[in-house]
Amino acid sequence: MRLDGHEVEELPHPGQCLRTYVREHGATGVKKGCDAGDCGACTVHLNGQAVHSCVIPAMRAVGQEVTTSAGLGSPGQPHPVQQAFAAAQGFQCGFCTSGMVMTAAAMTEEQRADPERSLKGNLCRCTGYCSIRDALEGTVNTTPDGGPDAGGECGRTMSARAPGAEEVVTGRARFTLDLPPGAQQAVAHLKVLRSPYAHARIRSIDTTAALETPGVLTVLTWEDSPDVLFSTGQHEQRTDDPDDTRVLDRVMRFAGQRAAVVVGETVRAAEAGVRALVVDWEVLPDLQDPEAARRPGTPLVHGDKDGGRARIADPASNTVAELHTEVGDVEAALAASAHVHDAVYTSPRTAHVTMETHASVAWFDDDGRLTIRTSSQVPFLTRRTLYHVFGLPKDRIRVVTGRVGGGFGSKQEIFTEDLVALAALRLRRPVQLEHTRGEQFTSTATRHPMRVRVRLGCDASGRLTALHLDALMNTGAYGNHGVGVMFHAVGESTAMYRAPAKRIDIASVYTHQVPSGAFRGYGLSQTVWAVESAMDELARRAGLEPGRMRRLNAIGPDDPLVTTHADPARSSERDVVIGSYGLDQCFDLVDAALARGRRGPEGNAPSGDWLLGEGTAFSALNTIPPNGHRSDARVTVRTDGTVGLKVGTAEFGNGTSTVLRDLVAARLAVPPRAVIVSQSDTDLVEHDTGAYGSTGITVAGRAVEEACRNLLEQAQSIVAARWGVHRSRLEVVDGGLSAWDGPSVTWSDLARFHAARERELSATGTWRGTPRSVAFNVQGFRVAVHPGTGELRILQSVQAADAGTVLNEHQCRGQIQGGVAQALGAALFEEVRLDPGGTVTTTILRNYHIPAMGDVPQTEVYFADTYDPLGPSGAKSMSESPFDPVAPALANAIQDATGVRLRSMPMRRDVLWEALSGEADGRRGCRQA
Amino acid sequence: MDMSAVTAWAESTDPDDFRPADAWLAGGTVLFSYGSDSITRLLDITTAGWPPIALHDDELEIAATCTIAELYEYCGREETIAAHPALRIVRPACECFVASWKIWHTSTVGGNVATALPAGPMTSWLAGLGAVARIWERGGVVRDIPVADLVVGNGRTALTPGALIRSFHVAGVALRSRATLRRASLTSRGRSAALLVGRTAPAAGQAQAAGTIRLTLTASTPRPLPLELPASLTPDEAAAALDREVRESPGGWFEDLHGAPAWRRHMSLRFAREIFAELTGPAPADPLEIT
Repeated sequence: MRLDGHEVEELPHPGQCLRTYVREHGATGVKKGCDAGDCGACTVHLNGQAVHSCVIPAMRAVGQEVTTSAGLGSPGQPHPVQQAFAAAQGFQCGFCTSGMVMTAAAMTEEQRADPERSLKGNLCRCTGYCSIRDALEGTVNTTPDGGPDAGGECGRTMSARAPGAEEVVTGRARFTLDLPPGAQQAVAHLKVLRSPYAHARIRSIDTTAALETPGVLTVLTWEDSPDVLFSTGQHEQRTDDPDDTRVLDRVMRFAGQRAAVVVGETVRAAEAGVRALVVDWEVLPDLQDPEAARRPGTPLVHGDKDGGRARIADPASNTVAELHTEVGDVEAALAASAHVHDAVYTSPRTAHVTMETHASVAWFDDDGRLTIRTSSQVPFLTRRTLYHVFGLPKDRIRVVTGRVGGGFGSKQEIFTEDLVALAALRLRRPVQLEHTRGEQFTSTATRHPMRVRVRLGCDASGRLTALHLDALMNTGAYGNHGVGVMFHAVGESTAMYRAPAKRIDIASVYTHQVPSGAFRGYGLSQTVWAVESAMDELARRAGLEPGRMRRLNAIGPDDPLVTTHADPARSSERDVVIGSYGLDQCFDLVDAALARGRRGPEGNAPSGDWLLGEGTAFSALNTIPPNGHRSDARVTVRTDGTVGLKVGTAEFGNGTSTVLRDLVAARLAVPPRAVIVSQSDTDLVEHDTGAYGSTGITVAGRAVEEACRNLLEQAQSIVAARWGVHRSRLEVVDGGLSAWDGPSVTWSDLARFHAARERELSATGTWRGTPRSVAFNVQGFRVAVHPGTGELRILQSVQAADAGTVLNEHQCRGQIQGGVAQALGAALFEEVRLDPGGTVTTTILRNYHIPAMGDVPQTEVYFADTYDPLGPSGAKSMSESPFDPVAPALANAIQDATGVRLRSMPMRRDVLWEALSGEADGRRGCRQA
Repeated sequence: MDMSAVTAWAESTDPDDFRPADAWLAGGTVLFSYGSDSITRLLDITTAGWPPIALHDDELEIAATCTIAELYEYCGREETIAAHPALRIVRPACECFVASWKIWHTSTVGGNVATALPAGPMTSWLAGLGAVARIWERGGVVRDIPVADLVVGNGRTALTPGALIRSFHVAGVALRSRATLRRASLTSRGRSAALLVGRTAPAAGQAQAAGTIRLTLTASTPRPLPLELPASLTPDEAAAALDREVRESPGGWFEDLHGAPAWRRHMSLRFAREIFAELTGPAPADPLEIT
């Protein structure tokens, strides 16, 4: 086979697909997204034709010509399509990009004109496809250093391009498992036998046949596991999460749980070993209904645990955590209200579907130190937890990430790292575990399914009198994030409205189901869905325009953030202040955009039998999670004039490496390209809590600014002493320091001067994540609904964001467009389904459809003009929050159009049609008309 | 994905070569998509050199190994449609695949029928035009089975162990009929939840009004459901007849996560009305479009 111009001689294995074959031979730009032909991340050209290499038998490619994105072009000589993807920055995490590029490069003009059809076999979970459309159309969104676009439209200011863009578009960016071929060959592979039962105890495992399987190195069972309970969910405070998980347990608490692992010389050998394992199961009664979790006599998920030690609220009632608070008197307030609304809103289990699955590889470095390269949002916390579990001394583990292919909260967890550590420590050799797409669905974590009852009251003028949230969360078999999500779910969702009486009743319960975990919004998407739907319904009940009702009751810039206590100082919001307030602007921006759309030239309303409507919703999100969030940064000026930036936070498409780089560039007055970012490696800095809770800018950015400030002081002291000028007269100008009426010195001269004295011009900065501010998002939709078919068309999608100072407009817009797209998937069709026995049945992307380009609108994005003194350079968080107001805005628009209210997601065509036909009264099957 | 239990690869189209734990391999896009713990040998039928598409006297023969891309190309030619107007439904049928044009380079017509999904669009149009599948069985036995009878349930065919689909044959009378197609999906360009093919079937030498309309329902039923109705029925009567037919057939309206049965029924009957109205009215000028 000719692979990117090189002859490859080795014959493939008969059952091998082309994807794994070319990766084994160094073509690591070819990605595994779904491994089933659906996502297109593995697209290559086979004799010039674009194909999905994961479903091409490698045998068929013998003697043929295979081109991957790395063969199509290089950073120095990119293919025009690669150049267009870099210029448009048509990617975020970049995991799907090689496949996008290879698909686009093979398109005819006719195919290019219909991108929704031509790219339906290429899935991106980050961008919402807007920037990918831009790439196809040749739109330039970025320049290497940002600023005015010389060759483009006059006056258009470009965002600075993400570092590594050229590597991403040419398939050279190294994600977790993109090791060079030499390193790959030394690695043993781990595969997991997973429980077929929702609740069972392993009586015994016969490993004889597995151990005799050729190529099998070892089998590990519960008997080999450290007897240490921990949580796979990761927070700054380890004690925030319950200790309810073992690396390998004897008790299975959900179908899909690890039962045993086999390590083999190859994936094939390990899989054969897994097939050869014989388990004697004692099947136990299981709990599938979260509503039954707290009833007496129900099977207990963690009845064997000591609640106090494990930090489980009540193992005897399957309760991980619960919260009951009241401010004022809700019952009295409701009784006295002019209008009352009371309804239940549900959110199903949804999956993150990061394009890169969880994966990690462990090896020992030259000092014998255990090193783990993993797809993680939290390398430092992972190291900490592994110390705890394996009892290793503190300097004996290093955790690093490569480029991370998407997160969305799913990688604020330990799902693979503990297993490769266990196996590597046993075998003293490198071990790798790569999840299949199926394992992502059956054995990681999902968004918490939630049932939320909302009771609202208002007076005759529409002012809220009372707000009551009564919610039940199904946290599944393990409580990773089952506590934190609960507290967060009732935070901003109750703080965002002023009401004299507020009551919260929420419980997080175990079931024998796949665990729920951290998911973009962290509980808020489910409660905002409920509250913002309910507010719309209450407004209609009160005869008010819902948008007016929202403005009337939403918190203002000077309002206290009341959640669990009348005095916010006693709640978890105690360190939250409204550092800047742009919610009013966001409302105005969305209203104006919808009005423009309505009056638009064609109004783009379909002709015929369609019902039209509009809806809006808003959400608030604290810019940093509670209980501490720390980032360290180090800035070093090198003698060649470049500036090294070391940060702990990970890049997984959130764009923080771009922003952090640019913060340094601005502070030191150097071009962005002069700043070299190293990140997400526990060797680089002391600590980093991780890239979650939208902290990549708000926390790491403050740490970087602090480091820059410290560096400047250092530099000023040196220069002041040498030149005898006062420090206050020195300012940062073009690439160095200058006295305003005197001499100037470049950074490289200063670094050389310093180096001559064997010192380094370098400084650190730390930010501990408090105090915190609040960011706002308002979503608006104009929709058309066809009552005859249930089809919903989104005529216009608008989101306005209060992001403080927008540090990189293209990226911030991308976060919003991507958040809207992901939220639309959950609102319209995504649902992880379980059979009655608790086994996940949606294990491939054909059965768990995530939005393709043709499924989502191009969202108009507007920014409020605010500056937040608590954020770096005035910025606020803007990664999670765009997700939260989307579903309720859509349901509100649907009611506006049709008069029908949907209170559960997903709002699929068949559901909508049934509701419109008045046949939604719980009937199933096919009653005859 | 890798089929890690596979240890051997052979080229063969001889059913007598087939052993338990073998699998016939055409494009492979289904086998390699789902993987297998039990298949140990792949028998590659694509090197047999079967011509993908051939016209015999008044019959179109499509090899099982004809790729979707080859079929799509052939049915996009003006002369193809001029000679055989019913083939205008083939391109829209291809668009009903969840899989994109890239997969079409690899996946085959035979593979789609053999997979026997209710939503298999090749099954839909072939059954809709009354195609017959030529089956090779052990001992040199050759059998012809209508495609509508070959797919017997969700993922189930009437193929005996080791049997192989060699080709599909569409008769000239069907190729020259007026044909149309409708389909519903929960998402744009998603998996079909209801796919209805209709064609006119005038009795020889008679006016069309005296003929019949043949509806073939797929995707919303577990297996293809052909129904021949007098063209004199009103669209509502046709829909009612289809409804009755599904109700009386085993399996009824299909239920899976790609659509609720009530909605599938509603869309199927809606399509029956539309197709009846279309095929009993003047021929439309616009090409069929599927989204």
